[in-house]
Amino acid sequence: MRLGLVIDLDTCVGCHACATACKEWNTSSITAPLTDYDPYGKEPSGVWFNRIRHYEIGDYPNNKTINFPMSCMHCENAECVTVCPTGASYKRPEDGIVLIDQDKCMGCNYCSWACPYGARELDRVSGTMKKCTLCVDRIYDETLPEEERQPACVLACPAHARLFGDLDDPESVTSRAVRERGGYALMPELNYTPTNHYLPPRTRPSIPTSDLPRGSLARKVKEWVNRVIER
Amino acid sequence: MNPSLAVIFLTLFSGAGFGLMAMVAMVNDFAIDGALSPLRTAILVALALLLVTMGMVSSTAHLANPKNAWRAFTRWRTSWLAREGVFAVLFYPLAIAYLGWVFFMNNDRDGVALLLGNAAALIGLITIFCQGMIYACLRTIRQWHTPLVPANFYALGLALGMTVLSTSRLLAHRHDLAMVSIASALLVAAAVMKAIYYFWIGAPSGTTLQTATGFTRGRVRLLDQGHTFGTFLTHEFSNSISPGRALRFKVAVYLLGFLAPIAILLTAAHVAIGLAVLLAPLLAFIGIGLERYLFFVEAQHVVNLYHGRMPGSLPQMHPALRAGAENPAPAGKRRLVPSYEER
Repeated sequence: MRLGLVIDLDTCVGCHACATACKEWNTSSITAPLTDYDPYGKEPSGVWFNRIRHYEIGDYPNNKTINFPMSCMHCENAECVTVCPTGASYKRPEDGIVLIDQDKCMGCNYCSWACPYGARELDRVSGTMKKCTLCVDRIYDETLPEEERQPACVLACPAHARLFGDLDDPESVTSRAVRERGGYALMPELNYTPTNHYLPPRTRPSIPTSDLPRGSLARKVKEWVNRVIER
Repeated sequence: MNPSLAVIFLTLFSGAGFGLMAMVAMVNDFAIDGALSPLRTAILVALALLLVTMGMVSSTAHLANPKNAWRAFTRWRTSWLAREGVFAVLFYPLAIAYLGWVFFMNNDRDGVALLLGNAAALIGLITIFCQGMIYACLRTIRQWHTPLVPANFYALGLALGMTVLSTSRLLAHRHDLAMVSIASALLVAAAVMKAIYYFWIGAPSGTTLQTATGFTRGRVRLLDQGHTFGTFLTHEFSNSISPGRALRFKVAVYLLGFLAPIAILLTAAHVAIGLAVLLAPLLAFIGIGLERYLFFVEAQHVVNLYHGRMPGSLPQMHPALRAGAENPAPAGKRRLVPSYEER
């Protein structure tokens, strides 16, 4: 089994709900707390497992804004585990989830150097490295209704842009999405073989603007007045 | 990368200590210039142990949770950092046994002394290799992912060790060209190796923001990095140095680290300059310390791409956001994204 996320860049609206849901769940979860530094001050910062960045792809007028959530990719070839000197970082053989044993970590930062995706963050208060657990304490919790046995970020996403499943099972929702939508992994040239995949935006015909009818005289006057009379 | 003093001192001092131990063993093995006296051998091995200990102690300063440091020896099967720890700890009993044997038997030429000395030197050399591999094995940092890194660690460690050794000889004798020649040759070799490295890391990288996001057919620009202030990632990885400043540092590395020690050692071999010869190792340590600072600050982690920065270049940001990034640095602030302690 190879559990992971598939993130749909076509529907992600960049609302950061996944990140806040993640923070809310995990700040009282197995690697809790996710310490905040100066949370209400001028320089808020802290530990997050999930960060969303925003990019502009292409040049105007053929450009597009892409919202880009990133968390641990639970790589097959997880160098963060290989380089860990203490054995605190480990990859579970049964489902491929990469975890950090908080009782063994000495906070040397070496695993974060080995991670190309910036998935690991040091908690300066506990002195240990922390990272996405794929909500390992939710997905196997049999006291939860079955539809809620999913990572907090997946449940929170209002656009259903996050899929959770077994990437080894060809008929899982994640594997089907990757197959049908051309899902891809990030930085394949580094050969970390990440489990998480990203679905590219769907291609849509662009809306032509050149053949729009020219405006009437009244419309032109109205536009001119609007430009002149500024608030 | 964040050029933290703990790791700079670790690699600088322990490299020099292991280099000194190797050079002591070599000089005694081949009886170069009549070999070292037992007392001098003992003093130099004690100095090597002191340097290694300084490095090891300072390395614990960068651990956020040092109470678990003892666990760092457990994963030697996969981790170069664990291997470094194992070999560094193995070095101590051998070097201390050598020191004790030479000091109490007052003999550094018998079989036991040669065996212990060479074993300690070998373990020290293996530790330098592990130290280099800690950095060289990371595919995420182009400037480090090269065999030149362990090669440089060797060259610089041995050159520093021999500079210390020949300085100690010059303090006692006057005409001593053999040791000074070896020290100069090692310093020149280290300077050349470092030059090759500086040319090598100028080569462009394969990983770009395009492959990092998967949008390889168009231009990708950062609109927003998603956090209001610094994060662990910006603190740890976003340090950089402008090309002009890096060049000035490199000139200082070559003047202080290589040229000045060679000049002082050669002068001292011909003219009595007394204690001034101590300037040779002092300047070498300062120069190579600057080299180690550059080694860290020039290294660009691929995660910087996600924050809109290409390794070794200005941020690939949206033009509207670029103003602040292209004119960083009100005096002394070289960081494009300031660390959260500093601003």
